Amino acid sequence: MPQTLSPELSELQQRIQAHAREVGLDFFDIVYEVLDWEEINEVAAFGGYPARYPHWRFGMEYIELSRSYAYGLSKIYEMVINNDPTYAYLLAANHHVDQKLVMAHVCGHGDFFKHNFMFAGTNRKMLDEMANHASRVRRYMERHGAEAVESFLDRCLSIENLIDYSAVTGYAQRMAVEGEEEEEGGRSTEPRRLKAKNYMDPFINPPAALAAERERRAAAEHREPRSVPEQPVRDILLFLQEHAPLERWQRDVLGIVREEAYYFAPQGRTKIMNEGWASYWHSRLMTERLLDPSEIIDYADHHSGTMATGPRRLNPYKVGIELWRDIEERWDKGRYGSDWTSCDDFAARERWDTGEMRGQEKIFEVRRHYNDVTFIDEFLTPDFVRRQGLFTFDYDKRAGRYVISDRDFAAVKERLLFMLTNFGQPSIDLVDANFLNRGELLLVHRYEGIPLKLDEALETLENLQAIWKRPVNLETDVDDEPVVLSYDGTEHRSEEALVDRA
Amino acid sequence: MVRRIERDRRRFEDIVRGKIKQDLSRHITQSELIGKQGDEIVSIPLPQIELPQFRYGPREQGGVGQGPGEVGDPVSSGGGEPSGAGDQPGTHIREVELSITEMTKLIGEALELPRIEPKGAESLKSVKGRYTGIRKVGPETLRSFRRTYREALKRQIASGNYDPRRPMVVPVREDMRYRSWRDEYLPVANAVIFYLMDVSGSMANEQKEIVRIQSFWIDNWIRSHYDGVVSRYIIHDAQAREVDRDIFFSTRESGGTRISSAYRLGAEIAEQEHPAEDWNLYFFHFSDGDNLGSGDNERCFDLLRERLLPMANLFGYGQVESRAGTGAFHGALAANIEADNLVLSKIPDRDGIVGSIRELLGTGK
Repeated sequence: MPQTLSPELSELQQRIQAHAREVGLDFFDIVYEVLDWEEINEVAAFGGYPARYPHWRFGMEYIELSRSYAYGLSKIYEMVINNDPTYAYLLAANHHVDQKLVMAHVCGHGDFFKHNFMFAGTNRKMLDEMANHASRVRRYMERHGAEAVESFLDRCLSIENLIDYSAVTGYAQRMAVEGEEEEEGGRSTEPRRLKAKNYMDPFINPPAALAAERERRAAAEHREPRSVPEQPVRDILLFLQEHAPLERWQRDVLGIVREEAYYFAPQGRTKIMNEGWASYWHSRLMTERLLDPSEIIDYADHHSGTMATGPRRLNPYKVGIELWRDIEERWDKGRYGSDWTSCDDFAARERWDTGEMRGQEKIFEVRRHYNDVTFIDEFLTPDFVRRQGLFTFDYDKRAGRYVISDRDFAAVKERLLFMLTNFGQPSIDLVDANFLNRGELLLVHRYEGIPLKLDEALETLENLQAIWKRPVNLETDVDDEPVVLSYDGTEHRSEEALVDRA
Repeated sequence: MVRRIERDRRRFEDIVRGKIKQDLSRHITQSELIGKQGDEIVSIPLPQIELPQFRYGPREQGGVGQGPGEVGDPVSSGGGEPSGAGDQPGTHIREVELSITEMTKLIGEALELPRIEPKGAESLKSVKGRYTGIRKVGPETLRSFRRTYREALKRQIASGNYDPRRPMVVPVREDMRYRSWRDEYLPVANAVIFYLMDVSGSMANEQKEIVRIQSFWIDNWIRSHYDGVVSRYIIHDAQAREVDRDIFFSTRESGGTRISSAYRLGAEIAEQEHPAEDWNLYFFHFSDGDNLGSGDNERCFDLLRERLLPMANLFGYGQVESRAGTGAFHGALAANIEADNLVLSKIPDRDGIVGSIRELLGTGK
């Protein structure tokens, strides 16, 4: 059971939040829950929420977390969810100094959630919403059988990344449920007649108006675009939710998966900024204001543990905190603008300091208006890449291992941006829902030189087919040849791409 | 309180079991499993439990890293990736932990092996009392002091007779509680398994490995049905001798094959040390079926008919295919002996192990 905060921790929370507000952070109320390690693993497996719909992958996550905790490989220090009030969890067994560190860190996240534009459209009552989702899915399981609902969930989760990650700020478009029936009526050219008694009918439904309406509808019918959808659709989940032949509960489950995918998307798209921001502030709050001398060693140990880098893993905490510090320093010293960029003199650059001291102002501005892509695009500098020792690596097929492929600034930046754009997911559009005039789906993978993992792609097609019920096709590149992969419910086919859709 | 996650965890474990069953042949033919004890935990790598998605293959994508090194230097995985990641970051090869006992159960379920009914089970059951509960009457020797005290205390507190300053508790007749027991019938079934193996020149390492794997699982399956199981190992080429387990699985000898020598030795040991009245007897003979001359075949048939089959619960003959052997013994047995406790099976290769286990143990004897 979650324990209420002890007086000691509660006093600590007040003190830390007072300091955080003094330095300019602004956040919703923060509610801490103290959990033991089993509970915290459970909550972590649920993605930070106390309740999620029943699904085996949470169990898988839990087993993995518990095992890696038991082996001492990992320990969850902090977990915080974007909600109003903001919920955060403390591990009961943590030392006092760790709780301090976590609380300071959480203030950073809370500020970021509240102010970064990506989160502006997220549901701040997601905690309740998730619980609603859970109870709805549970109800469907009781009514339609756990197996049926679970396997449908599996299919939905298999395509959960087919949403529009570029859609601003997580406003998930709502499905047009209300309009649905009306639209079906609208298919016929016969105008709707209002109910009327016989003798009143010519007045209530005047023949002239009816004729005009009939004409309008007929004309609209002719104008109706031949292709559905009219434009390529990135938010494929929404399209399926609206148009796939699903039962009511399936539509709802698909909607739940989509809504949660949109809710989590901003966090994925601001990982570097968000973790960097929280780390920057815990570091400043701890070292400038909160630490007892006796705690400094433990703090340094844990902080550096969080910042550890590996040769093949870009630590978002590390890159983030360093970038924030770099921005602050550059705007403190006026190291930006055309004068600075056009200056080639190494010594002059070393000494460069206009004494502007606009660093603080700048970082608060940046945390509001940027996401990881724009953040890296604008603030990653050649100096920074060199100082941090960033490089790109690729798989060397002949040697059978990964090797460092480039240390050049442009290459690193390009690779980083590529990994961040569309959230590191392949860009896939729904181009035609009536492909070959046979009601088949045609998806197009906007190929950017990196092939899809083929075995998974085929399985995903099967899931997609199970939702759409008609054959599904995916245009992509396999071995640098454009192909159309098709699945019709019984067998996979692969053909050379016929249509050039460049 | 049952945690919410419990349901998801159990569901996941069911799925894992299902996956293992689906691909049983590959999992149980892993040589590393062999030699583990029943409670020992083994890790089974299970790819593909992740939900499939349209995503990039990790190798094609590469990534961005941080640290020292020249262009062209290899990057080790190191850092944040815990063990097992190997050279494939991003693809989770999940290790699932199971005990050998659980694995054996899974095999039983997957192959739909019938439970073994020990021979003469009725007569071999022993009665054992087990304390299972509490009742209000019973002999004084079984009086439960604690329960009685508690009842008395409850009664006294309820009736207001209890004074914490003078905590005296006096039980009356109704407070008395006695332990009660139930008779449980425990089968004391013992079994002995004789493994006989042909180690003549034509049995190569691969053949022996197959025997090793198959006998390991047979051993575990039978063990899971009996209290005490003894395994005896006999190897033979032209002559037979009893060896211990290690030698059984490691010996490589050349020479001819005289199967009757092993059957005779097996029969002798069984008759002297494991009489059929007290033991459930199992024989499993593995060979490439290349016996020396038909004269020896006849001797084998006689031994089987007269000595081995009458006392055995089951006599299994598994013929491991080898390029060198003719494999004639299988056919000869099938043509000459008819008995419902003689089971013949052919094992063409490792993939045949599962099918062969099903054949050999499918009788439920």
